[in-house]
Amino acid sequence: MHKLAILLALGSVVLMVACGGSSSSGSSTITSVTDSCSPPTINYGQTSQCSASVMGLGNFNSAVTWSASAGSISATGLFSAPSSGDVSLLVTVTATSAQDGSKLGTTTVTVNPTQSANNMAPIIVDAGPAGLQPPSVNVGFVTVTICVPGTNTCQTIDHVAVDTGSSGLRIVSSVLSIPLPPANDSSGNPLGECLVFLDGYVWGPVATADITVAGEKASNVPVQVMVPSSGSPPVPGSCSNQNPPGGAGNEGGSVNAFGANALIGVGLFQRDCGPACVSNSPPPAAYYDCPASGCNPTNVTLAQQVANPVSGFGSDNNGVLVQFPSVPDGGSLTSNGLLIFGIGTQTNNGLGDSTVYPVPDTGNNAGNFTTMFNGSSYPQSFIDSGSNGFFFPDSSIPMCNGWYCPTNSPDNLTAVNQGSNGQSGPTTHFSIENANNLFSTNNTAFSTLGGPAIGGANSSFDWGLSFFFGRDVFTAIENMSTPGGPGPYFAYNLP
Amino acid sequence: MNIFKLAGTCSQIAARILLSCLVLVLPFPAAAVLGDTAASVLDDQAGMKGTLRSVDNHTYVMHEITSSGTVVREFVSPQGAVFGVAWEGQFPPDLQQLLGPYYQQAQQAREKSQQEGSQQPRPRRAPIAVETPGLVLYETGHMRSFHGQAYIPQLVPQGVQASDIH
Repeated sequence: MHKLAILLALGSVVLMVACGGSSSSGSSTITSVTDSCSPPTINYGQTSQCSASVMGLGNFNSAVTWSASAGSISATGLFSAPSSGDVSLLVTVTATSAQDGSKLGTTTVTVNPTQSANNMAPIIVDAGPAGLQPPSVNVGFVTVTICVPGTNTCQTIDHVAVDTGSSGLRIVSSVLSIPLPPANDSSGNPLGECLVFLDGYVWGPVATADITVAGEKASNVPVQVMVPSSGSPPVPGSCSNQNPPGGAGNEGGSVNAFGANALIGVGLFQRDCGPACVSNSPPPAAYYDCPASGCNPTNVTLAQQVANPVSGFGSDNNGVLVQFPSVPDGGSLTSNGLLIFGIGTQTNNGLGDSTVYPVPDTGNNAGNFTTMFNGSSYPQSFIDSGSNGFFFPDSSIPMCNGWYCPTNSPDNLTAVNQGSNGQSGPTTHFSIENANNLFSTNNTAFSTLGGPAIGGANSSFDWGLSFFFGRDVFTAIENMSTPGGPGPYFAYNLP
Repeated sequence: MNIFKLAGTCSQIAARILLSCLVLVLPFPAAAVLGDTAASVLDDQAGMKGTLRSVDNHTYVMHEITSSGTVVREFVSPQGAVFGVAWEGQFPPDLQQLLGPYYQQAQQAREKSQQEGSQQPRPRRAPIAVETPGLVLYETGHMRSFHGQAYIPQLVPQGVQASDIH
């Protein structure tokens, strides 16, 4: 009497198709073992599920043992390719009968090198968009392509400021030349947004775009179109009243006011506002329901909020690495760096010798670590490529038009940063030069430019772009896993 | 009329800060906040639709107003004047309301500084710092975390440090 057993290696389920008879008969023979894997072609780091078919006579044992010539395979036949490699690999997967080791089946799995997305976008620090006066200093710019979602109606925008201190793409309305579809709120009205930066605010409607940077693409991403105060809809008072006195006011209204054609926020958070805009009562003055009668604060879902484009990429989506060469004291005319997407996802974005500084993802100190400087502790400190200098409290350094102008220049200083895990990193050395001297050149990239920040116990050290030169600086996104643990965190190495 | 109104609002403040309430039943104007009377704290609470908590630490009374995503603390001297304010949270507060006439003063001080340096590159997405003889104001932070303080040096009681205003 024949028995046919098919072993489907899905978990530990074994299907035996028995043609009558008892299961306690004595003699049995294995006649053949065959196996196959699906899919038969995978990339390094991926898996393929293999199954075996065992045929025999009598009450035979349908179990098999699995082996693979490379990578690894589980008892249930799940083949795992090696984690990485540069050349295509043919792997022999063997299923051997547990009852009769001379009966085996083989199949071949092809493992290919990952076709990595180009995850490197060149950054330039220069004088900014053509004609900008006064010229930009210490702002890194990338080129971004936006498209009407799902179409080839696209626009490439240069001089998009790279901001690790915020999340979301925001475009000066006068730069925009394609009809991005506006986003509506839950009432079906146009959705507006007020976003406050440290020195001003931006206002304008939310729209939807496909975003491509280097070889990475995010589809159907909510973005903000920043309009001038004379534009439509008008700026609500509850928005403009958040402007700090002496702030720039509505700074998104023109390229000259904004200092860039757009800003790409690649910071710690997946959405710009997060839970605070979902269900707070009253809603914060952030997102606005904008019927024809005027705009009022409203709550929005996370999915409606302007999103970090990196979170929308298919891969390399757990954070960014910003890399700049060092620049000499006195600065450089320009500086060329890289915005590299992903942390530990490719060979070019590993953490290496960088120290990880975790930060809280909620609360009044969201995104902050502690800087110890001059014998004081500054618990609201952060790294922010969008700030164009070191900004910190030091009453011993003379100020000059919002910058520091030390008498003895360069003023060589040190600080120690500590993450929310309580662990301190190595001592960080930095220098401040007299800003008036720096600005007397045509240079635009300075590792020694700084200015004042809040003093006292409730204080802050803003490690802006000056800090980035000569380093790897990582910004890991909340709730994403990385080789350095889950985001949000900052990480950097010593120059 | 003004005095009655102030006395009425005083009754809503915790009894242990009654002393400062009694002091402010002197002819202070009602409105706005920084540099104003303790009564204006309640105007802010109403404006922010927030909850109020008050703490008397003997050299001053701190009133803390919490609303959606923002905490504002207002510091009142024994003489009944709001000598300092501080804020923190995901969003900045309505600074026009919180600072009252000092908003314009800080605005003018910074515009003057910016005009002097108008040919120079300016700090971008950088902390705000205003230091004048009559007003000190700082704000720092980034998306999801703002911190700031403002105070009038002449009104700060003896023994109180600027760093206490937080």
